[in-house]
Amino acid sequence: MDNLSSLSYFVPELFLSAAILVVIVLDLLLKKEQKIWTGIVSAAVLVISVFLIFQQYTMPASEIFRGMLVLDSMAAFIKLIAAVSSLIIILFSLPYFDDKSEYYVLILITTLGMFLMGAVNDILMIIIAMELVGLMSYVLTGFTKRNIKSNEASLKYILYAATSTGVMAFGFSYLYGLTGETNLIKIQQALMTNPPHQVAYFITLILILAGIGYKVAMVPFHFWLPDVYEGAPTTITAFFSIGPKAAGMAVLIRFFTTVVAHGSSQAAAFLQNLQVNTPQLLAVLAVLTMTFGNVVALRQTNIKRLMAYSSIAHAGYMLMAMVVFSPQGYKAVLFYLVVYMFMNFGAFWVIITISQKLGSEEIDAFRGLGYRSPYAAVAMAVFLFSLTGLPPLAGFIGKFYLFAAVVQGGWYVLAVLGVLNSVISLYYYAYIVKQMFLRTVEEQTPVPINLYEGVVLTMLLVPTLLFGVYWSPLLRITEISFNLLY
Amino acid sequence: MNSLLPYLITAGIVFTLGIFTIIYKKNAVGVLMGVELVLNSVNLNFIAFARFVDYQLNGQLISIFIIILAAAEAAIALAIILNIYRLKTTVDVTQVSEMKN
Repeated sequence: MDNLSSLSYFVPELFLSAAILVVIVLDLLLKKEQKIWTGIVSAAVLVISVFLIFQQYTMPASEIFRGMLVLDSMAAFIKLIAAVSSLIIILFSLPYFDDKSEYYVLILITTLGMFLMGAVNDILMIIIAMELVGLMSYVLTGFTKRNIKSNEASLKYILYAATSTGVMAFGFSYLYGLTGETNLIKIQQALMTNPPHQVAYFITLILILAGIGYKVAMVPFHFWLPDVYEGAPTTITAFFSIGPKAAGMAVLIRFFTTVVAHGSSQAAAFLQNLQVNTPQLLAVLAVLTMTFGNVVALRQTNIKRLMAYSSIAHAGYMLMAMVVFSPQGYKAVLFYLVVYMFMNFGAFWVIITISQKLGSEEIDAFRGLGYRSPYAAVAMAVFLFSLTGLPPLAGFIGKFYLFAAVVQGGWYVLAVLGVLNSVISLYYYAYIVKQMFLRTVEEQTPVPINLYEGVVLTMLLVPTLLFGVYWSPLLRITEISFNLLY
Repeated sequence: MNSLLPYLITAGIVFTLGIFTIIYKKNAVGVLMGVELVLNSVNLNFIAFARFVDYQLNGQLISIFIIILAAAEAAIALAIILNIYRLKTTVDVTQVSEMKN
């Protein structure tokens, strides 16, 4: 499709780009004490873009901008996750960043980058979209300029991420050399007709995985993550744990389904054709990722760091379902992303509100919280048990589909290792719950949460509970969201 | 030079040097220079493949975009390094370690 007629398929992105400019101009017009309006306008913009994205579900799947991007239901789904997660983060940030409008502009630009990441169909777009998200993320990490930890996190992030991007681009240059194409589907056709040299293809794949793997926090490309999560402002930490990660997963799915293995029945034949055991390689990486995340999380004392390792572990669970290279696995990942968004944001919201009031991010500070702030503590317990994957919570359903896909693919050992990992994770999640309810402190000063905090908490608590018992609507959405163009 | 191989070897050497620079340099600006080397080796690869494999402009186009990205990345990284220098009066990456590993 040519550029001009593509524009009607590009409405949410165009709207968001215009809105970013409006917010920047608005920043110039408002006085310092009115700057919170830029945040409110940004939230409204995201609500409108959610509606615009819903309209895209009815459009026929098509290539736009001469094959640079695709618009299919998975692209729309990832845009939906990106918009909703950014919206929740803006709601989180409104009480804390009320005089900084750049913050909201940066979040909106990151959202635009995530929209593009869900729709990539060309090497060039993969590099540009990932850099757009990355560049904004470095700035957001170092947003509290006077805080040395925040700056250190930002420095580590940019040096590590720039290297990863360089390595990934190097891999893509080899992929371009092997096939002579930049469009993903044309690359796949070229690989089918002229199978490349095995070693060259393997090296290319590893280099590309290094780049996309850093984005989704895959071991051994995870080193930046704990420090960045600890150093960044907590609202931004919550943001990184869902938005860019979901977008990274989308790029990975897109790359796997179009280039590495076709989503259709040809998958097995195509994989054999290349003589490279991608599923086995990915299975090893998935097991390493979840085991490393869970084992290191066991001895963390800072709750943000613990959530960082927990998010590595969850990336491992999602990678595990991708190993089967079947639509079931990918659908399970998409389902899990939604569930994970609600429960992880919920846990982070409790951490944000409570640690601000307690003045500490240590797990010990949460001691006796069950008596000091009952609602927040009970909600936190629900989120943590949901992250573990205990029934009847949303996390259980999400994990159930992940494991079901793995077992259906015949990867029994992988499924067993995944279940063992869930058991390990119960230990450190339950440790926080134990601190909150079974330990008491001398002086039980109440930690009140105000109305706004309570409303946001309830907004996240309800889906976590609801999707645990009534998940069929969500399942139907993920079913229709995996009609890939290729 | 009318063959692909010399370009690939040069790009490979530049890439390796870049990675070694990133690993061994302690100065944050030095690490950034290593990243720049890696990105330039990518550019060289793309241009060489565009000339010898694709016979079209796709690869050269990507390399132009990567030059822009490298500039944007360097701008942000230098801003962050400058801020670190203001707070700690050092740009040694081994000295910047408030958080335990």
